[in-house]
Amino acid sequence: MTDIKQYLLLRHRDIAGLDQLETYRQSGGFEAFQKAVTGMQPGQVTDVVKASGLRGRGGAGFPTGMKWSFIDNKNWPHYVVANADESEPGTFKDREIMTYNPFQFLEGLALCAYAVSAHEAYVYLRGEFWQVAAILDRCIAEMEAAGLLGDKLFGTDYSLRLHTHLGAGAYICGEETALLESMEGKLGQPRLRPPFPPSFGLYGKPTIVNNVETLTNLPLIIEKGAEWYRSYGTDRSPGVKIFSLSGCVNKPGNYELPLGTTFRELIYQHGGGLPEGRKIKSIMPAGASSSLIVATEEALDTAMDYESVPNVGAQLGSASVIVIDDSVNVAWLIHKTIEFFKHESCGKCTPCREGTYWMLHLTERIAGGHATSQDVELLHDVASQMKGKCFCALGEFSIEAVLSGIERFPQDFEHE
Amino acid sequence: MSKLVTLTIDDKQVTVPEGTVIVDAAKKVGIDIPVFCYHPKMEPVGMCRMCLVDVGRPVIDRATGQPVLEPDGSPKVQFGPKLETACTTLVSEGMVVVGMSEKVKAGRKDVLEFLLTSHPLDCPVCDKGGECPLQNLTMGFGPGESRFLYDEKMHLAKHVPLGDLIFLDRERCIQCGRCVRFQSEVVDDPVIGFYNRGRKLEIRTYSDPGFDSYFSGNTSDICPVGALTTVDFRFGARPWEMRTTASICTHCAVGCNLAFNVRREAKAGGDIVIKRAMPRQNEQVNELWICDKGRFGYHFAESGGASPLERLAQPLVRRGGELQPASWDEALRLAAEGLHQAGRELLALVGGRLSNEDLFNIQALAQGLGGKIGLDTYMAGGDLVSQVGLGQGSNLGDLGQGSAILVVACDLEEEAPIWWLRLKRAVERGASLIVANPRPTKLERYAAHILRYGYGSEAATVAALLDAIDGKQNAANSGIKAAAEAITGLGNLVVVYGSEGLGLQGSQALAQACANLLIATGHFGQPNNGLLAVWPHANDQGAWEMGLRPLPDLPAALQAAKALYVAASDPLGDDPALAEALRALPFVVVQDLFLTETARLANVVLPALPFTERDGSFTSGERRVQRYYPAVLARPDARPDYAISGEICKRAGVEAEISSAAGVFARLAEKVPAYQGLNYRMLAQTAEQWPIVGRPDVYYGGTAYENTQGLGVQVKPGAQDGPPPARGALGAAPALPLQAGERLAVPVTRLYDHGSTIAHTGLLHARTPAPYVALHPGELPASDGAEVQLSLGGQVFTVTLRLDEALPAGVVLVPRSLGLPLRGPQAVELKVK
Ligand SMILES: Cc1cc2nc3c(=O)[nH]c(=O)nc-3n(C[C@H](O)[C@H](O)[C@H](O)COP(=O)(O)O)c2cc1C
Ligand code: SF4
Ligand code: SF4
Ligand code: SF4
Ligand code: FES
Repeated sequence: MTDIKQYLLLRHRDIAGLDQLETYRQSGGFEAFQKAVTGMQPGQVTDVVKASGLRGRGGAGFPTGMKWSFIDNKNWPHYVVANADESEPGTFKDREIMTYNPFQFLEGLALCAYAVSAHEAYVYLRGEFWQVAAILDRCIAEMEAAGLLGDKLFGTDYSLRLHTHLGAGAYICGEETALLESMEGKLGQPRLRPPFPPSFGLYGKPTIVNNVETLTNLPLIIEKGAEWYRSYGTDRSPGVKIFSLSGCVNKPGNYELPLGTTFRELIYQHGGGLPEGRKIKSIMPAGASSSLIVATEEALDTAMDYESVPNVGAQLGSASVIVIDDSVNVAWLIHKTIEFFKHESCGKCTPCREGTYWMLHLTERIAGGHATSQDVELLHDVASQMKGKCFCALGEFSIEAVLSGIERFPQDFEHE
Repeated sequence: MSKLVTLTIDDKQVTVPEGTVIVDAAKKVGIDIPVFCYHPKMEPVGMCRMCLVDVGRPVIDRATGQPVLEPDGSPKVQFGPKLETACTTLVSEGMVVVGMSEKVKAGRKDVLEFLLTSHPLDCPVCDKGGECPLQNLTMGFGPGESRFLYDEKMHLAKHVPLGDLIFLDRERCIQCGRCVRFQSEVVDDPVIGFYNRGRKLEIRTYSDPGFDSYFSGNTSDICPVGALTTVDFRFGARPWEMRTTASICTHCAVGCNLAFNVRREAKAGGDIVIKRAMPRQNEQVNELWICDKGRFGYHFAESGGASPLERLAQPLVRRGGELQPASWDEALRLAAEGLHQAGRELLALVGGRLSNEDLFNIQALAQGLGGKIGLDTYMAGGDLVSQVGLGQGSNLGDLGQGSAILVVACDLEEEAPIWWLRLKRAVERGASLIVANPRPTKLERYAAHILRYGYGSEAATVAALLDAIDGKQNAANSGIKAAAEAITGLGNLVVVYGSEGLGLQGSQALAQACANLLIATGHFGQPNNGLLAVWPHANDQGAWEMGLRPLPDLPAALQAAKALYVAASDPLGDDPALAEALRALPFVVVQDLFLTETARLANVVLPALPFTERDGSFTSGERRVQRYYPAVLARPDARPDYAISGEICKRAGVEAEISSAAGVFARLAEKVPAYQGLNYRMLAQTAEQWPIVGRPDVYYGGTAYENTQGLGVQVKPGAQDGPPPARGALGAAPALPLQAGERLAVPVTRLYDHGSTIAHTGLLHARTPAPYVALHPGELPASDGAEVQLSLGGQVFTVTLRLDEALPAGVVLVPRSLGLPLRGPQAVELKVK
């Protein structure tokens, strides 16, 4: 069992009262930020992050330092936005961080802002997170009062202000360009890319969008260095990751583990296994956006990192691991995921807007037991027709469970 | 010129500028890649996914940077795993596009099938049916049967009035966003938008009144399905039943090219009727757009024969004090006798709505009898436009980086909507815009420099700008200096002047100041340089070219005359104070469509034909001579103005051409210097335009866009190839001493006014305001919307008061043609009722 002796991200589990500025500072808080602002060039901060191999925790796993280095230095001002939309079903890690370890996250955000010379940074929260926003607002006010935000920080010329922004509760607003549209007061629909946010972001200005968890890694990376960080996880997926475990397990919850930990360890050792008498049937490693992994022994022994999960026909994504047991009918399950995607499709592009609507009618019939075998075939056709044609990843996510469910669990679609 | 890129599309090689998207490159070589959301005049969005194609790119060896070659020596091309949208993908060197493979065709079928799941499939009753991209593409690529259960279709509202001109059918909308993007990107009236999400995504209007924009009708053209329809066309006709005739809008000096769709109709007793007006592509004039006044404003020509608001049905002559029907022969004889008798004391008064041919024959009559002729207008300076107007080959669409544009005394969106739109685009292409006006206007959103002056200082402001350019520092304030710097050194300068706050004297002085600026800086006689006058009528410039001038003092001229011949003008309707002078005239002939106020006093009334029932030519503000053609059959008892005047000429012993408009034009081309060598055939010539419209794919709009009947000819201004023009004196500013209790009133122009064409077009009434005056809130102890009494030229009018913070203090703004006779700046009294 790969035990982490100390939490890096969920440090509030080790240190009581970490959501108090004083406690956080006593535990070394804001030293990294001060060190960076007073002792490092912005580019040096980016270099350390690059060297650490940190990859974005929002789902795509894009190397964080590389993203920062794409920022357009000919166009000013720059902005940084923390993606706190956390809307993937089964993902609940950012919320725990922001609620109980808010300062580490905000310090990470401040570090990112310094690294790209931004003087304004935002936290974009899903609308339902209004209580979390209140916590962050309180923290920001305390940081301002303590001179950790504002003008001429630590006696340098660097100034920084942080702001929270509540969305209206749309999954698509977690997609970074839809998020930016929403922040600009527009309808939350993704933008055509390229240009990507580092060259054309908020109000058309170069912008870095990073996930909350990604940012929360930064203070320790700057404080302890890239080499230290790389001592966790795998070579290509370094560091720790919070796995949100849910579904048919005894102990659902957030588990901070090194990347590369196996599904088996997460589910059985940390998660306490499945309830008595149940057998594991499938795993969805990336929430509703996942393909359904057939829970073979080989699959259970697969390492949860960005490179290995594709070997069993899925993606790591946001690492929200949903365990499906033998009591669950896959036809019912994909009906639930399609309900979600049909509800969340932004409607901008034809295949997703129409396809999710059509699939819902089909899964409703199939899950309700009113379907013919042609309906299952048609559902597979409709999903295949959407593949590769959607404007953004939401539409492509919506068919993952459908296609893998029908292909890998045909018995659940058989009719008398 | 940007770099050129060569690629292959379906085995055809094409070379296009870098930055071109694949759909456009394909168009160039005759390949129509299906699109819905893409429109060549708007930024691509890639939403509908209809244009998916297979795109291959040459493989480049990372080490050498050289293309990898196949065994046969051709470059190795790598295709991506996914199809790409041809509307958003930029061309690149060596690219290979496959638009017709089974994979691509399957992709099109897939996207169409998705669209059709939500579509009501009511083509049989849909206005777009027959020219509908969705219908056409379904025929071409769509599935043959429906796998979606009909009962699961979403049912939505089918008759949603977005405003009083445009209806939305929510079931038919395919959410392509063209309408929304047109309103925000092209015309900057973001009054409609998407609401909600997913399958619930719908178009809504956010303005009050709904869809409040002068350009709303264009959305019905570019909507790729029958979701947006105009009130006057919906359920009116099927596209294949209609023929198209070319016309020119008569509502302002832009001269937008129109297409009238017509058909024979049982309802009309088998007559041909106009079913709709659409823009006709002329990239040098109106591109693919028209304003709503042009689209809906033709209805005036259709009015029947009964009420006084209706068109004159036959000639009338005064017998025993009453106007009574008469034969053409009698009416023409009486008119000829009366006018002939007056001889040198004949006064002809003509409006700028008349065609070149009409004006020419009326001028021939007046001159032949030794009388006078005057142009009925409040705006002057056309003689200078003849000299230093836009150089031949000018196109507002070419203005951009390196061009400066000065717009002075003009609310351009109200006075010439399409010019507003084209100058906005010019700024987006990099042109430097200077707007000089006493109050803010919408155009200022795009101005690099805003010059605010007081009403009355128009010419002085432009003169100060020239002084600043000349380096005379004394008079110039910092704004003027900055504007002067913006102009200096740029390749092109176009100066646009209007009539905001001005009468004849003021506008002549302003035109002179503008001409002086152009002359002094050398910006004349070349393409994309020169003076542009924002005339109130379609052919005002044509009248000036012919030598017609406004009468400096109309009442005095009326007093001095023994006979008055009025065509396309209504002096009494415009100003009731002229009643006495008109009544005192022994003999009045009026030639018009309607029984105007002046006509009621006339001895002879002659029914003329509207532009929809005859042919002719107009000269636009840009001095482009353009032909229009009869769209419908002429009413039996009315005649074209040139023919009426020609007949009077004949009977009065004056030589004139009456056979045809073409014949009259041949004569005038000999006499009028600007038109030397022109003929009707030349005006009817066309050339290939970009974007290409009118192919069997109707993606860039409906069926009427294609221009097959003439792009017109822009004529050279005097200073192009002629002797260099000289600067002129501005003339003294008109003195307007105010007595105690008086205020200065200035006229301003509104697009929707009570002018005769709008007054007879019921559709636009809801958008036309009641008579009002506007002033700064501090000026009068009354609240917005109060009734006030305006004393003007000895008459008292009750009007609504509008208070507007943005207006300068000390003036009363009086909109033109809303029933308040103000021809120029004037002293008035204003009392709270
Ligand atoms: C439909 C959709 C929803 C997403 N939702 C989230 C989200 O809730 N939180 C998040 O951090 N990233 C989300 N992402 C990923 C973001 O677009 C973006 O990649 C991420 O915020 C970048 O941050 P990172 O590099 O730190 O991962 C979503 C992407 C898609 C396509
Ligand atoms: S795939 Fe299309 S409709 Fe779906 S969320 Fe993305 S842009 Fe919107
Ligand atoms: S109304 Fe027409 S133009 Fe507008 S989004 Fe719908 S289909 Fe497109
Ligand atoms: S801009 Fe002028 S010419 Fe063009 S349609 Fe409108 S009124 Fe007619
Ligand atoms: S996506 Fe290309 S035309 Fe709509």
